[in-house]
Amino acid sequence: MTQPRLRTAGLLRSALNRLWAFFHKQPLDADLDAEIAVHLDFAIEENIRSGMSPDEARRQALVRFGGVVQAKEGQRQARGLPWLDVLGQDLRYTLRTLRREPGFTAVAVLILALGIGANIAVFSVVNTLLLQPLPFPNSHQLVWIAPPPSKCGLSCATYSTDAYDQFRSTTRSFQDVTGYMAFSSADNLSLNLGAAPITATGIDVIANFFEVLGVRPAMGRAFTPNDALDGAPPVILLSNAWWRRQFNADPAIVGKTFDINGRQTTVIGILPASFDFGAVFSPGVKVDAITPLDLYGPPRDWGNIVTLIGRLKPGVSLAQARGDSKAASKIMCWNLKYPNTCGDYKDAVIPVPLKDYISGSLRRSLVVLWSAVGMILLIACVNLSNLMLARASARGKEFAMRSALGASRARIVRQLLTESLVLSAVGSLLGLGLAFVIVAWLAHQGAIALPLLSTLHIDAAALGWTLLIAISAAILFGLAPGLKMAGGNLQQALKDSGPGSGQGRRHERLRPILVVTEVALSCILLVGAGLLLRSFLKVLDVDLGFQPDRAAAIKVDYDDSVPNDKSGELRIAKRRVLFQQILARVHSIPGVEAAGMVDYLPLGQNRAWGLPIPKGRNPNDFKNVAGPLVYVISPGYFRAMGTRIRGRDVTWDDGFKSQNVVLISQAMARFFWPSEDAVGKILNGNGNDLLVIGVVDDVREESVEDSTGWQIYYPMTEATPNDAELVIRTTLPPASLAGSVMGALRELNPKQPQAEFRPITALVSHAVSPRRFFMFLVASFALLGLLLAALGIYGVISYSVTRKTQEIGIRMALGASRARVQADVMARTFTLALIGIAIGAIASFAVAALIASMLFETRPIDPPTFAAVAVLLASIALLAGYLPARRASNIDPMVALRNN
Amino acid sequence: MGESKLDLLQGTLDLMVLQTLATMGEIHGYGIARRIEQASGDEVLLNQGTIYASLVRLQQRGWIAAKWGTSDNNRKAKFYSITRAGRKQLAKDAAYWQRLADVMGRVLAMGPAAASPVGGAQ
Repeated sequence: MTQPRLRTAGLLRSALNRLWAFFHKQPLDADLDAEIAVHLDFAIEENIRSGMSPDEARRQALVRFGGVVQAKEGQRQARGLPWLDVLGQDLRYTLRTLRREPGFTAVAVLILALGIGANIAVFSVVNTLLLQPLPFPNSHQLVWIAPPPSKCGLSCATYSTDAYDQFRSTTRSFQDVTGYMAFSSADNLSLNLGAAPITATGIDVIANFFEVLGVRPAMGRAFTPNDALDGAPPVILLSNAWWRRQFNADPAIVGKTFDINGRQTTVIGILPASFDFGAVFSPGVKVDAITPLDLYGPPRDWGNIVTLIGRLKPGVSLAQARGDSKAASKIMCWNLKYPNTCGDYKDAVIPVPLKDYISGSLRRSLVVLWSAVGMILLIACVNLSNLMLARASARGKEFAMRSALGASRARIVRQLLTESLVLSAVGSLLGLGLAFVIVAWLAHQGAIALPLLSTLHIDAAALGWTLLIAISAAILFGLAPGLKMAGGNLQQALKDSGPGSGQGRRHERLRPILVVTEVALSCILLVGAGLLLRSFLKVLDVDLGFQPDRAAAIKVDYDDSVPNDKSGELRIAKRRVLFQQILARVHSIPGVEAAGMVDYLPLGQNRAWGLPIPKGRNPNDFKNVAGPLVYVISPGYFRAMGTRIRGRDVTWDDGFKSQNVVLISQAMARFFWPSEDAVGKILNGNGNDLLVIGVVDDVREESVEDSTGWQIYYPMTEATPNDAELVIRTTLPPASLAGSVMGALRELNPKQPQAEFRPITALVSHAVSPRRFFMFLVASFALLGLLLAALGIYGVISYSVTRKTQEIGIRMALGASRARVQADVMARTFTLALIGIAIGAIASFAVAALIASMLFETRPIDPPTFAAVAVLLASIALLAGYLPARRASNIDPMVALRNN
Repeated sequence: MGESKLDLLQGTLDLMVLQTLATMGEIHGYGIARRIEQASGDEVLLNQGTIYASLVRLQQRGWIAAKWGTSDNNRKAKFYSITRAGRKQLAKDAAYWQRLADVMGRVLAMGPAAASPVGGAQ
């Protein structure tokens, strides 16, 4: 049993000794030299003693010793790490060569840095959004529980608190179920620290939210069920970012009390920096604080308000959970007070993996992005391969000389690979730096509505990926020239007299192939980018149903509560006066063209109240029709938004001690009265008659790209708004009015918080931000690819002109005109480009079909895009070929012929 | 001359060096080389220089030790000696070679009839 241990110990000892020896070459060599000298002395002495002459004695000693240099080398190899020595030699030689060619080195490193940097950055995005599990413990157990997609917005995507309770108690597949209030709006918290109130965004969550997600506060505690009881003292958890920004990271903040929304609220904890509610559940929105949802208080009667998140029990499959949920859905009630609402959620309770809900829809875009960036790296490698090849041909003699001196083929390939590895290592380091910058920038793009973006960082996986692509890139662009050179004919290379002597056709074959590959790859990228760009322009061109330009919105704080207002009429009257005052004051600001109020802005949150139907029709005819999205507006809102009305706008008197009126969207009007004018017709909703006074444009409420459900608008003198967004339309840039509008609001209401003045265009741009993000990245990659391809063409043509200087000189001496020479070079360029474009176009057909689902109103085979790409590539190719062509035509035959 | 002298098999030189050191005690490189030449009756083809690779290898494995000292005729030389681990290794390797030599001896002693390609070539 001791033997193996002995052997292992021996091996280890030997390895350590070798390593030690590797780093102590000089003393060891000196030692060996001394030893060999003594050895020879002993031998000579003995030989002399046996009767030889001194010269003969010395000769014989050396013969018996058998080669001093070999003996030394043998001993060195036996004691040290020979391969490391060779590597060291290769490295030193590489650095010397690269330093001698700073131009080549700089271009190669730059190309690699761009290619690799882009790859690392995109990998980090893909890794964070797609490959990594969500940032929660055992996140595979988390599911998002929602109804199938519908036309009635958030109200049809959420559940009532009664339904939540029933679901939680009926199902058996879940460890626990939680949820949050889906209707919290931005800037809904007003923090009063003495001066002007500060706004922040808070979300109400069910008390067990953090337990279910497995998130522990960085400081203090999470919510307990008691915090959520009706009448419990208000408590709040701060996001790490808000705590740092607003409270200077006060380490003693837990337990302190602040005036938030007029109530003394105790800070019970600080969330960890790793938890960003917005990043996970509402991309592009920053959430500053979390408050407990009063599950059994007033929210009971607010209808569908919570979204559900469950944690599966260990070992429970998604299918089991789905079956369980389906069973539970049959008995869930919208409101227990109304037994007829039980069963309302039948088959509308479907768990999906939380991860799929959050980033599932981005999968294809991310894969496309990943492929695009991979293609860039490929182009970069092809380009470098080309450069290396050009260099290798120029160094043909050097390699021939080395192999004549005894360098093996493997050794030469190794030397070339070392060069490419060194280049790619330097390129990777630079690329990594570049990626750090890109990733840091992306992580701070709060306005891009992509999930988890703020958690983006370069992690171990990204570093591993860097290493992988750096090595593969080095092999990819280093091996081909290496093999090519090592395989070269020694004799021929040595005889070759350098430029002009028509160095074998073989070198000339690989390089054009590489260029064609480059052109084809960038053609694919350009087509992809072109299609995405066209889609993006089409999206920007969509008729939104409102005019975002020169309009802006600000959240208005108001208090319309009236004590002892039994019927609610006093409250309406108060609100009417308040809103009239605000609008009159805002109207008087110079530059304000129109102003109005609404409770929910487009492309943000929304809600539905069920379906009003034409008076006299049977409700059963409309059983499966989704209700319209509901907006409560003031007079002037449509004019401020730039939404066209057929009929008339609401007035301050509508619904106020007079007939109830509504405006409806065109699609809704068309549905109910396909062949008649809806204006003047009566709808009946919840027992009230509603006179349709106008039909307005369909508004893209949920997304710019898809038409959403219908809309219905109630005057705020008739229904209660949830909030008030003041929308103004100006003749001036909206931002220039921010100060005066805020001043006016403060004048009327000193408690008006410092809310953000948001241009409506910002809402649109937020909504299209994921598309813009992908389009922008793919387009950047395509341009980079184009640049690299142009470089490649230039390199090949320029190189071939240099090699053929003599040939061209002879032709010109024989009478070829300058124009003819130039045309020949251009024709060669054009042929290469055309072959590349043709191959690229064919491949693009396939690629375009793959990204068809990412396109918007653009056919994958979009002739203008394809044509534009072909023209662009061809012109760039000609431009890249023009410079060498001109150089060729300027060759002086006499000089060219004499120079060789 | 390649025909007249034996080529050294891989690893045999190490064993010869160990054996030499085990019998001779402290001795320098030249001494080892001469001793091996004499012991083998000048039958092996030994480039004396090659023993230095063997010496450094054995040293790194901890089987021999080396130190600079003074020779009989007052020259500074590096003296090698076998260590305890070296003796163990020598015993092991020697036993192995002995067995191999015995087996080879028996196989080759089988006589021409049996030694013809019966060995499995068919």
